Amino acid sequence: MSASATPVALGAARPGLFGFTRAQAVGFLLMLAAIVVLPHVLYPIFLMRILTAALFACAFNLMIGYVGLLSFGHAAFYGMGAYVCAWTLKFWHLDAAAAILLGGLTGGLLGLALGYLAIRRSGIYFAMITLALAQMVYFFCLEAPFTGGEDGIQQVPRGTAFGIFPLHQDMAMYWLVAGIFIAGFLLIHRVIHSPFGQVLKAIRENEPRATSLGYRTMHYKLIAFVISTFLSGIAGATTSVVFGIATLDGVTSARSGDVVLTTLVGGLGTVFGPVVGAIVTTSMENYLAQFGSWVTVTQGAVFVVCVLAFRRGIVGEIAAKLRLSL
Amino acid sequence: MSEILLETHGLTKEFNGFTAVDNVDLQVRAGTIHALIGPNGAGKTTCFNMLTKFLPPTRGRIHFKGRDITGIAPADVARLGLVRSFQISAVFPRLTALENVRLALQRARGNSFDFWRSETALRRYDNRAHQLLFDVGLTGLADTAAGLLAYGQKRALEIATTLALDPEMMLLDEPTAGMTHADVDRIVELIRSIRTGRTILMVEHNLSVVEGLCDTITVLTRGRVLAEGDYATVSRNPEVIAAYLGSDAPELAHA
Repeated sequence: MSASATPVALGAARPGLFGFTRAQAVGFLLMLAAIVVLPHVLYPIFLMRILTAALFACAFNLMIGYVGLLSFGHAAFYGMGAYVCAWTLKFWHLDAAAAILLGGLTGGLLGLALGYLAIRRSGIYFAMITLALAQMVYFFCLEAPFTGGEDGIQQVPRGTAFGIFPLHQDMAMYWLVAGIFIAGFLLIHRVIHSPFGQVLKAIRENEPRATSLGYRTMHYKLIAFVISTFLSGIAGATTSVVFGIATLDGVTSARSGDVVLTTLVGGLGTVFGPVVGAIVTTSMENYLAQFGSWVTVTQGAVFVVCVLAFRRGIVGEIAAKLRLSL
Repeated sequence: MSEILLETHGLTKEFNGFTAVDNVDLQVRAGTIHALIGPNGAGKTTCFNMLTKFLPPTRGRIHFKGRDITGIAPADVARLGLVRSFQISAVFPRLTALENVRLALQRARGNSFDFWRSETALRRYDNRAHQLLFDVGLTGLADTAAGLLAYGQKRALEIATTLALDPEMMLLDEPTAGMTHADVDRIVELIRSIRTGRTILMVEHNLSVVEGLCDTITVLTRGRVLAEGDYATVSRNPEVIAAYLGSDAPELAHA
């Protein structure tokens, strides 16, 4: 991955407001405008699928793009977040916002436990350990009584958010999802452009040197992993509120693969890549659904084309062409 | 004589039956520049990697400031004030020179775990970082990505980064390896200028660098200590001359 070093990443871009470069600030404003306008044009449920997929991909991108660790088990955190959120919403009648937060905390705690084991290795070993641990979570979910096994937790009421906003109407739900996405997106951006993020970059660039300067690199990687898994849990939880369902689908290795694909198509290590990737993959799923299994075939083809033709992903290639940091 | 800052007892490293470092007793006195020299394959770098804990020793103990550091992690050795450099220049290539130095300042002075704050919080280290870059002759290159610097400049940046930690002891792994003559002279001057109040242990292959710079020289061959003393003593030792014969003998003779 380091071979794809572009002139974009070199040189000192002066950070402006909130650490955004000018190009990123423009991109962010365009994204905000789209979030406000699009629900009046497109089906809000579809947009919410994009937003939650984008949040999940952004969280995943924090690990692969900025720490350089490829997790192949992010579905575990996404799916467990969804289960816990759906369960507390249905049986404890918790406030939707609280249930989503609880889902995020579940993802983060699980991330702390699994990350503690996995973070000692890097490269292919890290990917394999996360995959194996996520499969254990999958079998746990298959057998544990509270998940409803093959049926999942169904007919979850959306309830209200913050005690006052009823969510049964799609537009109300949409604004909550949009708010969560923007908050998550900004949190990740802040993490990357923080003193902590600076250390993460140093570890990615030259870990032995970071160690020799006295950085206990495992601590930094683990904190990044917990932030990433927390947001993955939030993404899974939010999805379960939108659709009123949490199933095994959320914890499968296919789900872990989806988020890798989404991020790769959009552009690893770019701020907007995961968002663009989520738009592409979710649209494909949506508009190709009528062709049945052709969705998977098309996704595979897109993946191959992406790896062969534009390795930096859509946003990465555009950024390289324009010599911008996006 | 000043006190001993770093000391090893019977330091040994074996790789699958091959003994790279064999029972080395080393004593580095505070405030001196100590060189570890020897022909290729003498075990210098292995020895060095054990001192900084990047390699666990097979046998033997290491003491720093009277404390046994044999079992502790590399990052913690650095925190005690024993900071190393690397043979292959170790910079963070896609970060600017300023950011490279700032990373060391940030580690020494805190807030490295702040993930909720803006990185503008790091600007308070800028003055000190610019000063350090000035000290090593990199003024004007602060905003250049470290990966784009020339080789000698990278080594200088590495030293600036190490100095930012204000370490009590610096371990330099072949600081002049692969350099042009002009660059070698610059680095030697730089080492001389930073030695005040510090102890330096350097692995070196180039004897002309060691001459006139180092107070004590330990010669290693085949993992063992062959001779120790100042340059005049060591360079006249017939065993040392024999060990270097065929490799660096002419260099030794004209020195």
